[in-house]
Order: sequence, then C-alpha cells, then structure tokens
Amino acid sequence: MDGITLALTASWEALPYILGGVWWTLALIICAMGLGFVMGVPLAVTHVYANGFFRRLVGLYVWLFRGIPILVQLYLFYFGILAWLGSFSLLAPLNLDSAFSAAVIVLGLTSAAYQSQIFRGAIQSLPQGQLKAARALGMTDTQAIVSIILPQALRLAIPAWSNEYSILLKDSALAFVIGVLEVMSRTRSVAATTHQPLPLSILAGLIFFALTWVGIKALKKLEDKVRIAGYSQQGSL
Amino acid sequence: MNEFFDFIMARVVPALNTGLWVSVQIIVPAALLGVAIGVTAGTLRVYGAKPLAKAMNFYVSLFRGTPLVVQLYFWYFALPYISIGGFNIVLSPMMASIVAFALCSGAYQSEYIRGGLLSIKKGQLTAAQALGFTPVRSVVSIVLPQAFRRALPGCGNEIIYLIKYSSLASIITVNELTGVGRGIAKATWKNTEVFMVVGVYYLILVTVASFILKQLENRLCIPGFDSNRSS
Amino acid sequence: MTAQTPLLRVENIVKHLGGHRILDDVSLNVPKGRLKVLIGPSGAGKSTFLQCVNFLLPPDEGKIFLEGREINGASKKELLGLRQHVGMIFQDFNLFDHLTALENVRIALIKVKRMQKREATERAMDELQRVGLVDKAGLYPAQLSGGQKQRVSVARALAMDPKLLLLDEPTSALDPELIGEVLAVIRELAKAGMTMIMATHQISFSASLADEFVFMEQGRIVERGAPSELLGKGRASRTQAFCAKLNELTGENAE
Repeated sequence: MDGITLALTASWEALPYILGGVWWTLALIICAMGLGFVMGVPLAVTHVYANGFFRRLVGLYVWLFRGIPILVQLYLFYFGILAWLGSFSLLAPLNLDSAFSAAVIVLGLTSAAYQSQIFRGAIQSLPQGQLKAARALGMTDTQAIVSIILPQALRLAIPAWSNEYSILLKDSALAFVIGVLEVMSRTRSVAATTHQPLPLSILAGLIFFALTWVGIKALKKLEDKVRIAGYSQQGSL
Repeated sequence: MNEFFDFIMARVVPALNTGLWVSVQIIVPAALLGVAIGVTAGTLRVYGAKPLAKAMNFYVSLFRGTPLVVQLYFWYFALPYISIGGFNIVLSPMMASIVAFALCSGAYQSEYIRGGLLSIKKGQLTAAQALGFTPVRSVVSIVLPQAFRRALPGCGNEIIYLIKYSSLASIITVNELTGVGRGIAKATWKNTEVFMVVGVYYLILVTVASFILKQLENRLCIPGFDSNRSS
Repeated sequence: MTAQTPLLRVENIVKHLGGHRILDDVSLNVPKGRLKVLIGPSGAGKSTFLQCVNFLLPPDEGKIFLEGREINGASKKELLGLRQHVGMIFQDFNLFDHLTALENVRIALIKVKRMQKREATERAMDELQRVGLVDKAGLYPAQLSGGQKQRVSVARALAMDPKLLLLDEPTSALDPELIGEVLAVIRELAKAGMTMIMATHQISFSASLADEFVFMEQGRIVERGAPSELLGKGRASRTQAFCAKLNELTGENAE
C-alpha cells in the first residue's frame, strides 16, 4: 500500500471512534454554556444595576477569569482545587474531581465572565425609557428586569452569543490535557498508535469546523425565530 | 504560611521567570507577525482581486473555524509527514508555536482590519485618487491609517487572547510559563499553589499588555475621529 | 379626604441633577378632574417635575401629597402602590419593544395588579378600543406609527385606573400629521374628567381644555393663570412672548 491509501485507511478505521468524541465535545459545550449563562445573566444584572461594591466584585471576577488562560485553569482546577474539594466525603456525590466536571467548571466559569460582558452590553444598549416606563407602571425593579429588560437584552445578545459558542467549542478541545475523551483527545491517541497525525489532524479540524458551522446556523435560526417584528433595525448592538 | 512563601519564592518564582522569558519570545514575534498577516489579509479581502480575496476568506474561515490546539498539533506533529519533492519541513517546538499562533492570530486580526476598512467612507478613497494617488497608494496612505485606528481596540483584544493562548505551546513541550509550572507541579505535587502563581503571572502579563495597548490607542487618537465605529 | 383637598399637592420641591438646580421651589395644586398645562422652553424642568411627582426622581426637598397622603415618607412598597395610581405618558412613548400592543397594555395588569390573564386581556382590549386601536392589538411597537404608539401608551397607562395622568410632551416626538390623533384622545380624556398634568408646546390646543397654564423657566414657575388670562389680547405676559416665539418657528396659531 502506498502512503496515501495507508493514511486514508487509518482515518477511515478511526472515524467511528473519533466521532464518538463528538458527544463528549457537545456535552462539554452544552454544560459549560449553560453554566456560563446561568451565572452570566445575574453577573451582568449586578454589573449594571448594583452599587459600587458588588459591581467591583463582578469586575474582579471578570478580570480573573478573562486573564488566566484556560489551560492553566484546567491544571489549577483539575489537579489542584477540585482534587482537594473532592477529598471531602460530603462533596463526593457531586463528582467534582472527575475530568469532565473539571472541564465543565473551568469552561463554564470562564464563559460566565465573557457572557456577563455580552449581556451587560446588551442591557446597556436598551433605551433608558424602558426601565422608567416599567417603574412608572408600578413594577418593582426585579419585575422590570425580568419581564422588560432581559427579554429584550437576551434577544440582542444572540449574535454575540453565537460567537461565544464557537469560542467555547474551540476551547473545549483543550480538555484533552486532563483526559476528557473528546474529539481532540481521541485524535491524539489514534495518531500516536497509527503514526498518521497528518490525515487525523485534518479530520479533527474538519469535525470542529463542521460543529462550528452547524452551531452557528442553529443559533441564527433561533435568532430569526425570536426576532420581534420590525425590531431588528433599532436593535443592532 | 512561611513554608509556603519560601517554596514559592525559592522554587517557583525563579523557574517561572525563565519560563516568562520564553513566553515573551513566543508572544512578541507571533503578535507582530499576526498583525502583519492580519493587515495584509484584511486589506486583500476588501480591496484585492476576486480570487485573492476569496483565497483570503478561505484562509480566515479555516483558521477561525478550527481549534488552535488542532492547528498547533498539525504544524508540529503532522507537517513533517508532508514531503515536498522529497524534502520534509520539521519545525522546532518554538518555531511551530510561533507559526501556529501567528497564522491563527492573523486570521482574527484580519477580521478587525476588514471591519475598520469597511467603516471608512468611500469619499476618502475618491478624494485621494482625485489628488493623483494611485489606487494602491491611496489605500496604504489614506484609508489604512484611518482603518487601523478603528481596528485598534479589536486588534489589541486579539493580542491579549494571543498572550493567553501562548500557554498552549507547553502542549508541544515548549518550556514557557505554563510548561515550567506544569513541571514544578508534577515534581512537587503542589498543584494549587503553583498554578495559582502561574495564573498571577498571566494576569500581570495581560493587565500590563492592556495598559500598553490603551496608551497606544490614546497616542494614536485623532481629535473628533471616533475610534469606536459610530455607524 | 375632604372635598377641598386637591388630588395632588406639591409643596416647594427642589431637585438637583448633576450639580444643577433643575427644580427650584416649585409648588402646584391639582384638584380632581382638572388639567394643568406646563409650558416653557426646553430645559425649564417640566419633565423633571413630572418625574418627581410619581417619584421616578425623588425630590431633594419639598413635599408631595396624593389625596392628602404624603409620598415622601412612603416605604418602597407603598411607593410602588402609589405609582399605580399615577399614570405616565412619555415623549418617546417607551413602549416595551418586545411586546405587542396588547401585551404592552396587559403586562402591568398581570405583573403588578396580579390579574388573571383573561381578565387582563379583556381590560386591555377595552382600553385599546378607547384609543381606537383594537385592530392593531397584535402588532409590535416597531410596526406602529408614532401616533399609534403614543395611543397604545395612553391605553397602557389608563388600564391601571390612574387617578392622575402625567403627560410629558406627548406629541413632541410625532410628525405633524400624527399629532391630531393623539390630541383627540387627550381631549376625550379631559372631557371625561381625568385629572392630568401635561407638559406641551401645543398651546392653542390646550388653551381650550386647561384650567390653568403654568409657565416654567429655569426650574421655577414664573407665571400662572387661566389660559384666557395669559393669552388675552393686550397682556404682555411671559407666556405670550413664548408663544409668539413658538409661532415664529412652527407657524402654530396661539390665538
């Protein structure tokens, strides 16, 4: 067999195994984006509406998680903090010290920092009058934020959010360093045994490329679906 | 506490300082190359001949669409398998890192440059040509200096990203900050302490870089010329 | 509350914003069923005054009484209750952009008054009927004209059964040909006995409805009186001078 046939055969044989990693990759991003969303929204609301102390606290959080590389955080959390937390029997059921949890926590906490800034920008881009009108109707600030501000801000945030998806997808490939069996990790191990890094790294690239593309298309669909009639012109970020 | 401090000062900090130097040796050339590639690719995407613009678009979507770690892996492990006329290119870990970071960063930088170029009014180009500038001259001397100022906040952000992603070089055995940290952590089993200090190093790097970039932005600022696109 | 107690009594309020004295010792009584019209150049403090009345901007000094109850001392919770009794119409409508016309009118009924959705919908449709927009109930703000938006915002305020309606230049952001439909709604409200304070530049329109003109300048009330009195021939009032200037600009006839 010549080189090219050999390379293609190796890739073909490894394909099912590597594609199996897509589930782990997807699980990682969905959990991390969810965690980032659940934390990012309150962080953004705090950043916009809270007083000096809490606002600075959010600022500190964002500075920390945007400043430390994902890779360093993965080592810090997986081998350090979470391994230590996992040694408490009380926390054992949470399985915090598994590689998957560590990756979700690191990607999620970092994404929360970025998502909070996305939502903050969206909230601040809304006209001041929206909050004022809600208050004038007798709504509490909480009611106004939940029923008036967030439904609009979250819609505006979708384009930036789809960008966050593609960043998170690419960052998720780093989870291989702590042994999560996602696409990159499987590619590496197959490449190491078959000595075919060239076709396999191209294959991995194609898989990630396809996932980016599909995800962005899906979020575009979502954006169109929740679009408010006639709203887009004024609602661009 | 004291013991912790001694450990940090005696073992971790000196080692990390050498690692920091290696990181800088990767970051600076990669950032400069990245900006150069970004300006070239961005300009070609807007003003280049159709096939060139298309080729640049393809380059950008390819490098933005795949993880940097996959690209790094390609340049270091896979490239040597490609033989061009019986000649194989083998990059050292340092070189592979710089090439990977510069090419990836350049793809992102070109997005900001392109956005900056598109934000400059058509009249600028027309006016330059009316004064007798050649098309190339008018883009280089008139449009690019304005576009670059518009693109600067984004380009600066991209350099910050590059600083953080330079940590990936440790995956292909470069002993930069993260690599050195990993080494000490493995040897001493003090993961939390060591990686916290590594984190602090990056925070300082990133904060100092943001400060410098902000200064640069202020220095290049033209009165009344909005550096944030108003359109 | 006795028959003589005005619905709203504002005593000597002062408000600073950004280091400037925006309101300087402003007092105003509004008896039930009356329309007071605030006029004066922009920056006179009319808008700030209206926002102080329902405590969107708490005044620095002075007192505000609604039906004899002092608002200053009210707890946050009482304040929310009080605001339900004071409707507000904004210059730039401030319709909630993610909700249809119907939902805009309904949302406070559901969230603030805790009405059932069905009941709230019925009520909201009644109010839309009143402003002549039943057929636009399903449209979003971006699909409505300026005049329609402002009518929806009137319906939104009315749905809360306000005792007092504050109108902050309700027609200033409208194209000239759309002003009429909004003024018609306001005229109906005045005839129906709604108590209102309106800041406006529509002098001739409000002259026929207002029981008092209040002329503000630089945060103070500089002149007040019945429209006929201030606009009467041969009187050299500040109001008249101001109206003459407005006429020059817009061609509106203040006579």
